[in-house]
Amino acid sequence: MTHASDAHTGHGAAGGMAMRHEEGQQHPIRLYLVVWIWLFVLSTFSYLVDYFHLQGLLRWSLILVFMTLKAGLIVAVFMHMKWERLALGYAILLPPIAVLIFVAIMVLEADNTLLSRLQFFSRDPG
Amino acid sequence: MQSIAQGHRSAEMRRPDGIEGFVSDWSSDQRAFKNVSWGKAMMWIFLLSDTFIFGCFLLSYMTVRISTTVPWPNPSEVFALEVFGTHLPLILIAIMTFVLITSSGTMAMAVNCGYRRDRRNTAILLVVTAILGASFVGMQAFEWTKLIHEGVRPWGNPWGAEQFGSAFFMITGFHGTHVTIGVIFLLIVARKVWRGDYDTGRPGFFTSRKGRYEIVEITGLYWHFVDLVWVFIFALFYLW
Repeated sequence: MTHASDAHTGHGAAGGMAMRHEEGQQHPIRLYLVVWIWLFVLSTFSYLVDYFHLQGLLRWSLILVFMTLKAGLIVAVFMHMKWERLALGYAILLPPIAVLIFVAIMVLEADNTLLSRLQFFSRDPG
Repeated sequence: MQSIAQGHRSAEMRRPDGIEGFVSDWSSDQRAFKNVSWGKAMMWIFLLSDTFIFGCFLLSYMTVRISTTVPWPNPSEVFALEVFGTHLPLILIAIMTFVLITSSGTMAMAVNCGYRRDRRNTAILLVVTAILGASFVGMQAFEWTKLIHEGVRPWGNPWGAEQFGSAFFMITGFHGTHVTIGVIFLLIVARKVWRGDYDTGRPGFFTSRKGRYEIVEITGLYWHFVDLVWVFIFALFYLW
């Protein structure tokens, strides 16, 4: 976020400012390579979760942790969100919370549907 | 337009960072996204709307999977392949995942080269990204063909809950469409970079406006998003 502010110091000509902005998202290639390797490692781990037939809470928590880490790395580094100003970050990253709330609502709803089906549509009523 | 908007503020003081910066950007009674071009801001907003679409697909898949009384087919077995006589669960999906991550890496490199005005490498990396994307779509077509031959339909399949087919075709089909559009998009941008459009300021065929190397980054945002969605599909549909 530091370069974002130093692109606006002084009375540079408008053209010069645009140029500097264009060269804004310039980061060391090493960082991209490190993130790339991490994505490979995390994907391998997720695959191994399935390969070794891990089950139950361990499986779900590992899948979700690897998923979140991969998503975080892609958004933060590859999509440069880490270096954008918070005004953009909040505008894009906060609204998906609504999806999570929707998920929570639908978990309750789906459980209710399942219980109703078991109660009213099972082979042996009782 | 960009330079005019920025020229206005060139006399301003240094802009605050962090939360304070967030508040001042949004309450500045001007454009909220400082030093982000409209093209980039609009791509982000499009991606946000796409997030809602894929979010709704995945959560309706979750809803039908929770609420069905019939056992869900085991994806680990459904997507298994026999490779040289060994039975490997989910192997094609794993390969597809690695191909897409690799393409994300080459895309990130392309953006980097673009901002260094390295015309040749940018174009080459964009084409490599497009080839990897196309091979991803190819593998997905193979997977669809295999499953359709085995009798998977949107209304039923041989292994269990009927909803498996509809969720599978809907989610992976929509994602595959995104990858296909991305490949086309990448090839168009690669051609422009190769021809030097962003160096000479040649007007675009559609907008008649001069392109900048930032287009490469904006294309990259879309491409990384496609990879991002696959991360969620891989975890929630194939591994769960």
